[in-house]
Amino acid sequence: MNRITAQVHGWLLLLPAAVLLAVFTHYPAGATLWHSFFSTPKPSRPGVFVGLDNYRGMVEDPVFWQSLANNLWFALGTIPVSIALALLMAVWVNGKLAGRAFLRLAYFTPTVLPMIAVANIWLFFFTPQYGLLEQFTGLFGLPNHNWLGSRESALGCLIVVTVWKEAGFFMIFYLAALQAIPPSLYEAARIEGAGGWTVFRRITFPLLMPTTLFVLVNAVINSFRLVDHIVVMTRGGPDNATSLLLYYIYEVGFKFWDVAYASALTMVLLVILAAAAVVQFGFLERRIHYR
Amino acid sequence: MKKLLFGILAALSLAAQAQTEISFYYPVAVGGPITKIIDGYAAAFEKENPGIKVKPIYSGTYQESIVKALTANKAGDPPVISVLLSTDMYSLIDEDAIIPWDDLIKAEVDRAWVKSFFPGFMENSQTGGKTWGIPFQRSTIVLYWNKELFKEAGLDPNKAPANWSEMVEYARKLTKKDGSGNVAQWGLQVPSSGFPYWLFQGFTTQNNIVLMNKDGTQTYYDHPAVIEALQFWVDLSRKHGVMKPGIIEWGTTPRDFFERKVAMMWTTTGNLTNVRSNAKFDFGVAMLPAGKRRGTPTGGGNFYLFKKSSPQQREAALRFVRWITSPERAAQWGIDTGYVAVRGDAWDTPEMRKYVQGFPQAAVARDQLQHAVAELSTHDNQRVTKALNDGLQAALTGTKTAEAAMKDAQREAERILKPYRK
Repeated sequence: MNRITAQVHGWLLLLPAAVLLAVFTHYPAGATLWHSFFSTPKPSRPGVFVGLDNYRGMVEDPVFWQSLANNLWFALGTIPVSIALALLMAVWVNGKLAGRAFLRLAYFTPTVLPMIAVANIWLFFFTPQYGLLEQFTGLFGLPNHNWLGSRESALGCLIVVTVWKEAGFFMIFYLAALQAIPPSLYEAARIEGAGGWTVFRRITFPLLMPTTLFVLVNAVINSFRLVDHIVVMTRGGPDNATSLLLYYIYEVGFKFWDVAYASALTMVLLVILAAAAVVQFGFLERRIHYR
Repeated sequence: MKKLLFGILAALSLAAQAQTEISFYYPVAVGGPITKIIDGYAAAFEKENPGIKVKPIYSGTYQESIVKALTANKAGDPPVISVLLSTDMYSLIDEDAIIPWDDLIKAEVDRAWVKSFFPGFMENSQTGGKTWGIPFQRSTIVLYWNKELFKEAGLDPNKAPANWSEMVEYARKLTKKDGSGNVAQWGLQVPSSGFPYWLFQGFTTQNNIVLMNKDGTQTYYDHPAVIEALQFWVDLSRKHGVMKPGIIEWGTTPRDFFERKVAMMWTTTGNLTNVRSNAKFDFGVAMLPAGKRRGTPTGGGNFYLFKKSSPQQREAALRFVRWITSPERAAQWGIDTGYVAVRGDAWDTPEMRKYVQGFPQAAVARDQLQHAVAELSTHDNQRVTKALNDGLQAALTGTKTAEAAMKDAQREAERILKPYRK
């Protein structure tokens, strides 16, 4: 009897979260999969079952492939750099130096600003001729460049903005983790006569690995989730050079009103994120906890 | 006592019945002066028409507004009326979201009202013999020029380029390089971010070619005259070196103009008030230069009437839209915002005459209307337009030749539009 009560008790405690998850996460994911097998319903012709047609269309859609490739470059460009930068900043502002609180605040500020505001600021940084960047490169006599207006540099510009925005956020996690490392380990290392680099490589870095995993998960998700700055800065242009997968889904879903194809694209995004989660939690996690 | 109470209740419920509410989506990205004007209109209208309540709902940019309106329509609760892009007409018809205004128009005065708008604005508002949109905040593209820089370059500051070759010639004189060979001041800027197709329609119209048929089922992106128009745009930076290479941002173009980084710019008449208050130099406004002819597309928003509305709401909506587009209000709206007052008689009102006398630049857009054509709009509009936008940007950034870019765009448009041809 007691055992059943405990069971019921447990389930009741789980219920609110479970209901929210089911309604707002699992059901929409399932429904999206379902819709991706139908054609987009229109008032004149209701949606019909088309099997894998939407996915077949995707294979032939050059904009989809371009967006996917862009997104991989975007992930490759943002994830390692923002993590490395976050770690560097955290180690620095963790040390004893004057104006430490101010520095931490300064590094964290980009995180607090809304992405739309950030993108608008950077839009003027990248402005050709009199933008901040141009004025700076002009000092060295470098030629003018239309940063957001050429295919070669537009995606790079978005990567820079994203790194700038994210690194401060990740720094906070590293900072918290750094302060949780027992000082006795450092003292022991010093007694052993270890240098600064060895201490970092053999103590700090390994003990930060769980945080790195957490940050990595977030960075991967963000690289597929952040599109606000694209809306402000390039709208996917020039000629789709900065179209990321989620931005393309938005265009197909809410500009073209092709719900079925947008569902199929969403499934691709879900699969990518699920695969990333499996690698991160199933594989990496097992190797990095030192307990 | 009881009777009295019943009496009051009955009167109240009667009043509630007589009160017709019309919700009204209005696209405005930020609050401020424009929302105040619209709120003022709603209040003034309610005062004159006690039975009707107008509820303006500010719904963000045009793009956000159409998303909200169509989503609300799918959920069964759309607004009664909404101002949306004139080019969204086919999409709204395809979604079966709107009804034509003709169904409501019975009286002769109403028919005269529909005829009172500039024909150029009605091109994007009518299809299949029906009127689906009522012009409200409409614009065209005009050329702004900096008179001081013209003087510095030895040009007549009061004369804008009249045709393509003059534009290139002036722009060449207005392009200045600094000591290290960097361009410090460009002659001309035609923005190409976001919606380059709209600016491109300036070039194509001037080259005497239209981009689509009247039914919105066919595009002519790969017509030789279209390719020629694109080649001219590309050459402005590639061959003549008078325009910044790459994609030129729409949003920062007025600022480039204020900063004297560019001497001439193409942009919307909707920027008139912005330029007037921010340009610290004497500037001129002119019609776009002529190629084979003069030409510009129209742009901007129309009033649409949603299908899911009661007969009373439709009547009230007609009343409101007629009221807000009356000559006096159309004139005032144009003066306050810089949009083109949408009907001829609005320009004959005393206020407008006075305004144009003190600020003749305001009349340029009106005079250009006789050369204006419909903005690119087809079935599945945004997708067909994107095909062209991608092609234009590919050509302007040099990844494709003008011809290849337009052939690809046309192929994509064909694929999308085929199902609509029956």
